[in-house]
Amino acid sequence: MSEITEARKNSCDQNDRTSEENVESYGDSDRTRNFSDLAQEVASLDELEAEAIFILREVVAEREKPMLLFSGGKDSLVLLRLAEKAFRPARFPFPLVHVDTGHNFPEVMAFRDERVAELGERLIVSSVEDMIADGRLRDEVGPRASRNRLQTAALLDVIEKNGFDAAIGGARRDEERARAKERVFSFRDSFGAWDPKNQRPEPWALYNSFVRRGEHLRVFPLSNWTELDVWAYIRRENLRLPSIYFAHERRVFQRDGMLYAPTAGTQLLPGEQLETRSVRYRTVGDMTCTGAVASVAFSIDDVIGEIATSRITERGQTRADDRATEAAMEDRKREGYF
Amino acid sequence: MNTEVASRAHAASESRPLRFSVSGSVDDGKSTLVGRLLLDTKQIAEDQLAHVEEASRRRGFSRTELGLLTDGLRAEREQGITIDVAYRYFRTAKRRFIVADTPGHVQYTRNMVTGASTADVALLIVDVRHGVSEQTRRHALASRLFGVKNLVFGVNKMDLVDFSEAEFRRVESELLAFADKLPRSSITIVPVAALLGDNIVERSTAMPWYTGPALLEILEAAHAGGDRDKPFRFPVQWVVRPSSDEHHDYRAYAGQIAQGTVRVGDRLVAWPSGKSSIVTGIDRHPETLQEASAPLSVAIRLADNIDISRSDVLTHEGAPPRLARSFSATVAWFDAREAKVGQRYWLKINTRTVRVRLDAIEGIVDLTTLGLRAGAAALALNDLAVVRLSTSIPIVCDAYDDAPITGSFILVDEVSHDTVAAGILKSESGDEP
Ligand SMILES: Nc1nc2c(ncn2[C@@H]2O[C@H](COP(=O)(O)OP(=O)(O)O)[C@@H](O)[C@H]2O)c(=O)[nH]1
Repeated sequence: MSEITEARKNSCDQNDRTSEENVESYGDSDRTRNFSDLAQEVASLDELEAEAIFILREVVAEREKPMLLFSGGKDSLVLLRLAEKAFRPARFPFPLVHVDTGHNFPEVMAFRDERVAELGERLIVSSVEDMIADGRLRDEVGPRASRNRLQTAALLDVIEKNGFDAAIGGARRDEERARAKERVFSFRDSFGAWDPKNQRPEPWALYNSFVRRGEHLRVFPLSNWTELDVWAYIRRENLRLPSIYFAHERRVFQRDGMLYAPTAGTQLLPGEQLETRSVRYRTVGDMTCTGAVASVAFSIDDVIGEIATSRITERGQTRADDRATEAAMEDRKREGYF
Repeated sequence: MNTEVASRAHAASESRPLRFSVSGSVDDGKSTLVGRLLLDTKQIAEDQLAHVEEASRRRGFSRTELGLLTDGLRAEREQGITIDVAYRYFRTAKRRFIVADTPGHVQYTRNMVTGASTADVALLIVDVRHGVSEQTRRHALASRLFGVKNLVFGVNKMDLVDFSEAEFRRVESELLAFADKLPRSSITIVPVAALLGDNIVERSTAMPWYTGPALLEILEAAHAGGDRDKPFRFPVQWVVRPSSDEHHDYRAYAGQIAQGTVRVGDRLVAWPSGKSSIVTGIDRHPETLQEASAPLSVAIRLADNIDISRSDVLTHEGAPPRLARSFSATVAWFDAREAKVGQRYWLKINTRTVRVRLDAIEGIVDLTTLGLRAGAAALALNDLAVVRLSTSIPIVCDAYDDAPITGSFILVDEVSHDTVAAGILKSESGDEP
């Protein structure tokens, strides 16, 4: 143990940072994580892009009713760009679907609608709020209530109602340890469940897309991308992003070492208080379980600089939902979560 | 020609990411080694490390088990074994790496073949105290059979034999004797102690008798296959045909270039029909290119409307590919249900899915001698075998050695829809497996 803890201590000491405050370290000039070689970066992005376009065309050719999950977040914006490259000048051969928890960032929702209008594509919204209103779902209660689990129900509902047989999403294997085990074409049974111990092997790029009525596939074109690749691609393609990905002043409170923005239903616990901080979001999801990070990154280059030297993963830093237990993500995925 | 495009294409061939698979018998230290590689190249974030330290404590271990970094599923952490292939990504100042972490038990052939299918290098871990095991042999041979020519052996746990040169040389000569049987392969053997990090990222000071490079240096220098100079192959995936008035006459054949290069003005032939036309444009929306090489995904426009659809393969004129309805292949059998002669499956090759029949089992590959054992009535789980297959329509049959993408396939069970086999096409004359 000594060796490893030692290594970790060193990196902490050098940066003299307090992880409790969830502050990123900026000064680390560690060469091992930088894009030092432009040719390498270009080659990687070209290859990743080609692979993702191949995957998109493959699912569309082989499934009757695919859809693409679009949240307005950075990964799904990259997916839209790739879909343009795969199918333009024709329209997308699938609708876009957003599972709306009712606790989304207003900036992101506005951006979502703008982008959809620009593209002239069709958006289907599956609303957790509606399902609560008509009694099919019930909200969790208490100060830590989250709609994370309800999201799964709304996703499976929209899949079933529309008879979708493939849902294309922007999840990446580098995000989380259970996701590292995920296939590119990932089978879901008629309950939407994932069986990680019994997955179809996936040699080469020969994807098995067979499903029966009621079953579906989750398809992940960005499987082999890292967070840094996504940002490098956003820079290369000049993609616009919702403003909350960049540093801005926001009223936030600290909980479990993360910074949260209050929503309508937020109840502060004893000792918690609102303060104004310069923050940005590394992921955007349900406001009740997505944290912000302290940041002074105002441009894409700044963000890439911060991420390249960050010593905390994107989900570890911003997602309360993954922290619940050691296998939190695996458990939610088994139930049908994205 | 557009110079911007030219320089990009050039860069792409020089610095492709290296894909490698890692395997070893249970407990040889595979997970620890991968964990060490990630840790020492500073890929492990603090929250991940904190998580592993916490998980180790909870399990009552006296030291942090780096293996827990890579075991992603609950069952894996509970049982202390890796069950399924996992992919990891890391980069150094020199290169980007994609690692297929392939566990070596129960479904070992499935995992090995999946890992090997896209690997440039196979990294095999051997416990110095146990030497070359049956499992090591199987892993090496399966990797080689499925096209990995560059094998690197990490002789691990050198700390447990006091970093003894004699112990290393003993295992090294065993490995070299056995590697003789592997056709056209490059073999590298490096002594390591994954737990402590010796010869993983930094060269070890505990083994002054070893003057070679550390494992990471070997991987940084390894060759990654570039396919741009091979004969052009373009399996059509999708026809882009807008229904709008504005693009009324637009029609393009979309796909990923499997290998080779295509230019505007080239005459292409569509197979199996054999009809041909001239390239009038190569689109990579919103750009239009004069030429494009593997592995780009593009959409190709042709001068004539020659009835091309998904599953057709475009090649250059003058070098027709082999078309066949009956062919020999090496397959790895993944399913617990046996395959008997006469059974039918779905065959997915390139972008084509067709029915296929198992006509004959020519022999099961003996992984210790690399010879063929004839007379088998069925294929069982983990078997590697040479078989004869037939399809109802002729398909493009490229030999895997010349064309890894168009020369490989999977078999899918008609009822369970499971992927039951992976296979590679043999060259017409080749008789070794
Ligand atoms: N002494 C020593 N122990 C090692 C070394 N590498 C791995 N181990 C230990 O061997 C055991 C099995 O390692 P693990 O990585 O889980 O093996 P895997 O089953 O091949 O993934 C663990 O307890 C490791 O700590 C090494 O270089 N030296």
